[in-house]
Amino acid sequence: MDKYLFIPLLPLIGFCINICFGKFFQDKAHWVSILAVLGSFIISVITFIEVAQGKIINYDVYSWVVSGDFKVSIGFLIDQLTAVMLIVVTSVSLLVHIYSVGYMHGDTGYYRFFSYLNLFTFSMLMLVTGNNLLQLYFGWEAVGLCSYFLIGYYFKKQSAADAGIKAFIVNRFGDFGFGIGVFLVFMTLGTLHYTDIFANLDKIQNQTINILGLEVGMVTLIALLLFCGAIGKSAQIPLHVWLADAMEGPTPVSALIHAATMVTAGVFLVARFNPLFNMSETAMMVVALTGAITSLFAATIALVQNDIKRIIAYSTVSQLGYMFLACGVGAYGAGIFHLFTHAYFKALLFLGAGSVMHAMAGQLDIQKMGGLKKYMPITFWTFLIASVSIAGIPGLAGFFSKDEILWLAYNAGTIGKIVWIIGTIVAALTAFYSFRIVFLTFFGKFRGTHEEEHHLHESPGSMTFPLMILAVGAISAGWVGIPPLLGGGNWIGHFLEPVLGHPHVHATHAEEWMVIGISVAVAVGGIFTAAVLYLWAPGLPLFIGRQFKAAYTILWNKYYIDELYDYTIIRPTNWISSRILVNVTDAKIIEGIVNGVPKLIAEFGARLRKLQTGFLQHYAMGMAFGFFIIVSLVFILVQI
Amino acid sequence: MVPLEWYIALSTVIFVIGVIGFLVRRNIIIMLISVELMLNAVNLSLIAFSHYLQDLKGQILVIFVITVAAAEAAIGLAILVSLFRNKAVVHTDKITEMKG
Repeated sequence: MDKYLFIPLLPLIGFCINICFGKFFQDKAHWVSILAVLGSFIISVITFIEVAQGKIINYDVYSWVVSGDFKVSIGFLIDQLTAVMLIVVTSVSLLVHIYSVGYMHGDTGYYRFFSYLNLFTFSMLMLVTGNNLLQLYFGWEAVGLCSYFLIGYYFKKQSAADAGIKAFIVNRFGDFGFGIGVFLVFMTLGTLHYTDIFANLDKIQNQTINILGLEVGMVTLIALLLFCGAIGKSAQIPLHVWLADAMEGPTPVSALIHAATMVTAGVFLVARFNPLFNMSETAMMVVALTGAITSLFAATIALVQNDIKRIIAYSTVSQLGYMFLACGVGAYGAGIFHLFTHAYFKALLFLGAGSVMHAMAGQLDIQKMGGLKKYMPITFWTFLIASVSIAGIPGLAGFFSKDEILWLAYNAGTIGKIVWIIGTIVAALTAFYSFRIVFLTFFGKFRGTHEEEHHLHESPGSMTFPLMILAVGAISAGWVGIPPLLGGGNWIGHFLEPVLGHPHVHATHAEEWMVIGISVAVAVGGIFTAAVLYLWAPGLPLFIGRQFKAAYTILWNKYYIDELYDYTIIRPTNWISSRILVNVTDAKIIEGIVNGVPKLIAEFGARLRKLQTGFLQHYAMGMAFGFFIIVSLVFILVQI
Repeated sequence: MVPLEWYIALSTVIFVIGVIGFLVRRNIIIMLISVELMLNAVNLSLIAFSHYLQDLKGQILVIFVITVAAAEAAIGLAILVSLFRNKAVVHTDKITEMKG
């Protein structure tokens, strides 16, 4: 047994201990979980250093399924891509665990919460470290399950339970396609191990498959089916509806699962399968456009929402779109770089929002906040850093990764130019809505009740400590990828190059300066607009909202996507369930069989019972008659 | 000498009387007597065949049958006596304890 096995194993052990004995630990339950995740974090760092020195780990631990040609093992592939993911997952997970000590203090399900967090960390690590598709699929479903557990953590609250179910069901749509994709990979290539898949990819390059009279390239089909799973998990259009509702879960969960790690699994999947996606232009285009449209779509919704967590959730959807946009133009390295920086500043935004909620006794409406700056300085400063970072102000993490994406998109042909324009617009919107939160929450006068104002306080140390660490990440995570133009070496790009490749760049330095200039200009413009609207002219937003009432209503209602699904999918399904499944299938067919069999037996038994008269003579008669028949038969047979 | 057929005919007649008696009567004592009749009808035929075939095995078997019949009668009557003490009937239709 070597140490790599312990990266996912430690959180699993922590989960087992806590779920069985957590009840007895009371409010000490977090120690087991934190130590387990700390262990994995330390091993991950050691592993990362080994990988940085050029070591690639790929070995099988245990042969999991062997059935004829179908061989799958539990194994680890830790290359540069996985190493980055390991650092992201374990570090954010560790900080969220520490934060939860303060945030979940006094909750009745304290140990349950920590054991779920551990289980989630285990699943996510299995997902990223697996060396085959089936293990990835296992991790994929397991993180979905943990997400369901944790969204519905306050299961007594109807909306939380509903949100959990919604997340699970919406993900099922994506996973259905993903599952078929996995089958197709096995069917065409006969293996699920990454190395074998990538080695044999050229065999299926020219294969086509006939779907309803349409010739589709096998590679394109597999790529799109896998992307289908990524759409569900990473909340892209049209399966983005679950992520905003997932905010019903506790805030640390939103930070860990619905911002930093699980939702990025889709990006990881696309990046991992980059040789496959590179072979299909159609698939790449779909990925790029889905990402671009989603990022614009979600950013516009985020402009007008008032629920602090929902704004950040739509911001997450938008940033995930950014990552897919990067993957779609072939800039996988930039996508993973953005995933890396995004994990820190977005987790920080969520944890900061959690800290605000903690002070506001669960209040989520930013219109009822304001002026929190002086009550909770640490939360304010860290939140501000995260907002500056996501807005893309030079020097902080978000700027470098966002700029890398925009620059590589600019280089990638016509599609690239289109998504670059969309990306730049989104950058402006992102800066605007991020600072809208900052200005409405921390600046101005407090707009809540007196009682609430009296209650305001800075959060405890276990909550502010992770905030400060994450703030360091939100500032410096981007420094590993400073582009050569600004005097850096784009270290992370070169680090990931063996796995993800690096797109060819042919534009000039002048153009690169232009791209950077525009993105900085729109970011500053976005912040300035937010400042004008929410700081200097507080009456203006209401006025604009009234002027553009139609647009405002559409955005406020999130483009009516939920309503659309309600009418096209949920209601017909409910109708079929209640009218056909309940009344016909269940009442007639299933209950008919279930009740019919005993009825038949009872009927038969009632007839048979008549033989049992209770008169001795009847039995004796039966004996005599039977004896007579046997003797007669013997006579007949003997005579023959 | 009496021919074998006569013995067999007599044995058959007694056996059939026993069977019919067992089937049609409800009195347990009569039924036990009918069983004895059947047994002795068989004994009679065994003796007749034994003599006819000049083989003593048949007679030995008869002695066994008589012994078993005596034991059976003893047990049957014992059950009958205890039944009568408890229920004061010897009529099979009245004994319906086990009827569902």
